[in-house]
Amino acid sequence: MIKTENLTIGYDNEIILKNVNINIKEGEFVCLIGDNGSGKSTLLKTMIGLNKPLSGKIIIDGKASIGYVPQTLQVQPDFPATVNEIVMSGCLKKMKWRPFYTKKERELASKYMKMLQISQFKHRSFSELSGGQQQRVLIARALCATSKVLFLDEPFSALDRYATLKLYGVLHKINRDDNVTVVIISHDVETTLRHATRVVHINETIVFDGTKDEYMQSAFMKDYKGGAE
Amino acid sequence: MFLASIVEIIQYMKEPILVGILLSISAAMLGVILVLKRYSMIGDGLSHVGFGAFAVALALNQEPLFVALPIVIVAAYVLLRMGESKKLKGDAAIALISSSALAIGYLVGNLSNGFSADIASYMFGSITTATTQDLYYILPITALLIILFIAFQNRIFAVTFDENFAKAMGIRTKLYNIGLSIVTAVIVVLGIRIMGTLLISSLIIFPALTSMRLFRRFKWTMWISMLISVVCFLIAFFCFTKYSSAASIVLVNLGFYIIATIVSIIKRKRKIKN
Repeated sequence: MIKTENLTIGYDNEIILKNVNINIKEGEFVCLIGDNGSGKSTLLKTMIGLNKPLSGKIIIDGKASIGYVPQTLQVQPDFPATVNEIVMSGCLKKMKWRPFYTKKERELASKYMKMLQISQFKHRSFSELSGGQQQRVLIARALCATSKVLFLDEPFSALDRYATLKLYGVLHKINRDDNVTVVIISHDVETTLRHATRVVHINETIVFDGTKDEYMQSAFMKDYKGGAE
Repeated sequence: MFLASIVEIIQYMKEPILVGILLSISAAMLGVILVLKRYSMIGDGLSHVGFGAFAVALALNQEPLFVALPIVIVAAYVLLRMGESKKLKGDAAIALISSSALAIGYLVGNLSNGFSADIASYMFGSITTATTQDLYYILPITALLIILFIAFQNRIFAVTFDENFAKAMGIRTKLYNIGLSIVTAVIVVLGIRIMGTLLISSLIIFPALTSMRLFRRFKWTMWISMLISVVCFLIAFFCFTKYSSAASIVLVNLGFYIIATIVSIIKRKRKIKN
C-alpha cells in the first residue's frame, strides 16, 4: 500500500537514513522504533510528504489517502477554532473545488467525533480542551482525511498514562474493525508493541523489519529488557 | 445639527469614506490570518519597507505604487519564510529589515529634495486626500479578497490552523503562502497612503485581536473583525473630524479592544460560576 524504494532522507546536505526499503501492507499496525535522532520522525515526515526525499521513491497506492496525527499542536490559546471546524477540515481533500462541505462530509465528521467520544465538545474551542481530548480531535480529523492509513508521530507523548492507554485502545479498534493501516512512532515501546503487528527498528539504518513476534524473540528485545532491569 | 454635518461630510468626502471602508475590510481580513500565524510584526515590518520604496520612487520621479509594490511583495515573501525558518531569528530579522528600509527612505528623501511634504505624508497618511484613483485600486482588491475568502475559507482555516496537516493532505500550502505575501504587500502599500507607515499595521492587527476576544469560531471571527474594523473607521471618521484620521482610527480600535477584553473576562467569570 505504501512502499519506499531506495529512499534516502535528510535535510539539505545532511543524510539521515540511506536506502530505506519498506513495504507497508494494508491493515498492518506498524511501530517505528529508534533512539532520539535516529531518523524515525524524519522518515515518517518524508513518507507523508512534509519533507522532500533526497533520493529514491515513495509509492503510495492510488486509493490511499493519508491521515496525519502530530505530536501535539502548539496552538495559541485564543485561536478561534471549534472542534467541529477542525474535524471537518480533514474532509478538505474530498472537496476538490467546492467551497462548502456537503451533508455527506458533515455526517462523516460526526461519525468520527462520536467514535472518539468528542461529540459533546463539538462547539467548544480547541484550546479549552485537555491534552487527551485534543489528541482525540486530531485523530478524528485524520480519519476524516483517510479511511486507509494513519500516520502518528509520538501522538501521546504529552498525555498521562490513563489517557494514553485509552487512545491506544481507540487505535487498536480502528485498525482491527475498520481495517485502517496504522504507522506509529512512539517511545512508549512496551505499550505500542502490545498493539503492533509489525516492527521497524531504526538505528542509523533499518536494523530490524519484521513481525512483532519475531521482534519479541530478537536480540533487540533482550537488550531492551536487559536495560530495564 | 450632527446629522446635517454628517450629510455634508458624506457629500464632500465620498472617496475617502469608501476607500476607508474598503481598506478597513481588507486589512481586517488579512489581519486575522497574520495574527493567527503569529506574523503580526510582518505587517509592521512591511510598512517600513513600503515607506523606503515610496521615498526612493519619489526621488527617482517614478510612480510610487509601481516601485513599491514589487519590492514589498518580495520583502513579504522573504519575511513570511523567515518566520518559519528555525535557523534565523524571525523577529530580529524583521527589526533589521524594517529599520534599514526606514533609514534608506529617510536618507533618500534628504538627499533628493530635502524632507518633502510627500514623504511626511507617507509617515502618517491622510485619508482626506484619497482620490478616485485610490478607489479604483482598493475596490477590485477588496471584492477579490472577499470572493477568495468565501471560496477558500475552509482551506484557509486548515492551512492557518495546522500547515503540516494541510500539506500532508495534499493542499498546496506554498501557493497559499505566496498568495498571503502578495495580499499582505498590496494591502500594506495601499494602506500606507491612507493610514501612514506608522499606523497601517494597527489597522491590520487590532480588529482581529478584538474579534478573537469574543468568538471561538474561525468564520465568525473573520466576518466580525471586518465589521468591527468598518465600525471603528466610521466612528473615527465622523466623530473626530478635527484630528488626524489615522491616529483616531487606531485609538477607536484600541477602545473597542479594551471593551472586548472586559466582556470576555466577564463572560469567563460567569462561566466559572455556573
